[in-house]
Parts: sequence; structure tokens; C-alpha cells
Amino acid sequence: MLTAKIYVTLKPGVLDAQGDTVKSALETLGFKGIEDVRIGKFLVVRLDGDAREQARARVEEMCRRLLANPVIEDYSFEVEEAGG
Amino acid sequence: MKFGIVVFPGSWSQQDFHHVIVNVLKEDACYLWHKEADLNGADCVILPGGFAHGDYLRTGAIARFSPVMREVARFADKGGLVLGSCNGFQILTEAGLLPGALLRNDCLHYRCRWVHLRVESGHTPFSSAMQRGQVVRMPISHGEGRYYIDQAGWRRLVENDQIVFRYCDEKGALTEEANPNGSLDHVAGVCNERRNVLGLMPHPERAAEPILGSEDGRLIFASILHTLARA
Repeated sequence: MLTAKIYVTLKPGVLDAQGDTVKSALETLGFKGIEDVRIGKFLVVRLDGDAREQARARVEEMCRRLLANPVIEDYSFEVEEAGG
Repeated sequence: MKFGIVVFPGSWSQQDFHHVIVNVLKEDACYLWHKEADLNGADCVILPGGFAHGDYLRTGAIARFSPVMREVARFADKGGLVLGSCNGFQILTEAGLLPGALLRNDCLHYRCRWVHLRVESGHTPFSSAMQRGQVVRMPISHGEGRYYIDQAGWRRLVENDQIVFRYCDEKGALTEEANPNGSLDHVAGVCNERRNVLGLMPHPERAAEPILGSEDGRLIFASILHTLARA
């Protein structure tokens, strides 16, 4: 069993209204020196089989076709052995 | 003329469109369930507002893979008229039938109110009954309507006259307060390069009778009917 950890983030330059709001909330709490807050999505996909290269190709296609919108988002992922 | 109104699980404006088309305009309308792979002979396809498939993942991201969308894409490819309002606009951008994307409103609030729109192009089958510069009034009702496209894409939109509506004040000025969601360049509605697909965040179907406070939405239906009658 393999686990894919997928990160979907807004492209640099796309205004992240949620991130900006969280940044000012953190500053209100007294946290200093925050340059920027960006909010993204984190997906965990469990896959059957042990063939990593195949799994990477499958996850790549999932990201391209559905999980990320290339107009506004970037994605990255790692595939690892499913932990207990 | 027959309008086909696509219904996804979570759509909510289909009955308003149906009411306007059948009771106000006295034309034909049918519902097209998202699992159908047939447009039932529709002359114009409408993607209504709502929260198709719960808007999970991203607005419109799941809906674009419904079987009916293959037919909608084929129909658009042959030059058929496709109108998407609100969630319908979001679905059309996800499907790649319209350029750009719609993001969370910059104010983070769900905005439900009347807006003024400046007609930027009368050269579409959806706006031919309007004049460039004309100000019309329709309601919006969305949390994710901030239009975004990259610089190169925006330049193409301007060069090809694809921006059809912009948010403005009652006099037609593009003031910051008049932009309800932080849309790039005040964009409220765009068409594709071929001009047969239009998406807009406002709701023309909720502004088609005097009792509702505006009849300006009817101008979009009138444009469509005029275009279809000439075809």
C-alpha cells in the first residue's frame, strides 16, 4: 500500500484573500515578522500496489485532470509507503 | 425556441430560469439532468447557479465531468449557444469552455445584493439587444466570484473584445466600491473567442420582471432569442 501526499497551492501572484485575513489575525495576536500567509489544500490518497513509479504517474494525472486548476493553482506531491 | 437547463445535484436556479423562459417569455424549456448524454434538441443550453456537487474541491470542478458536459462541449464546438450564470460560469471555466477562473471574494463574504453592470460589448449573441456603455441592474449571490486570469490571458480578452460585462456604479463608473468581489478589471462576464459561450456571475433570471425590481435580465434573453430567430 502506498500513500500520496498532495499539496495544492495558489500560484504566486494570485491574491489569497483567506491567507491575508489569517495573516492579519496572527498579527492581531501579537505574532511579529510574518511576511506572508498562503492557504492551500492537503490531500492524502491511499493507493493499492507497491509500484512507486506507476503510482507517481497516476497521481500526476489526478492532479492534472482534477485536483488542481492550472489557471490558479500549482501542485506537488510525494508518494511513500503507507504508514500504520 | 427551446432552452435546455442543465441540473446538477446542488443546482438551485433552474426553476427561476424555467419560470422566466416559460411564463414570462412564453418559450419552451426543458431540464437536462446532469447524467443525461443528450441535449433533447435544445437551441440554447443554460447552466444555472447553485452549488453543483457541493462545490467540493473547487466550484465546478466535479460538475465539469458530468456526462451532460461532454454534450455541452460538443454543442458549443458546433457553435451552439451556451449561457452560464453564477455556478454555471464557474463550471464553464473549469471545463475550459471559458478562459480564467473564479476565486473566493476578496472580502471573504458571501455577497447577495443588486449590482450595476456596464455592457462592454454588444457583439455577442447574448448582448446584441444592448449598447456598449449601457448600464444594467441585476442581482449577484455568490461567495466565489472574483474573476482571475493571468496577464497574457487578460490581454487576449481585451484584444478580442471578450469582456462582456463589468461591475460599475449606477453611472457606469468603475469605482472600487462597485466591484463586489475584487474581480480583475471589474470583470463580471466574459465570452469565448468564438462568442457563442457566455459566463457571468450575476443572475439575469432574477431580474426579468418588474415585480422583482428590474427587467434588465430580459435583455440577455431577448438577445439570445433574436440571434436564434435569425439563424
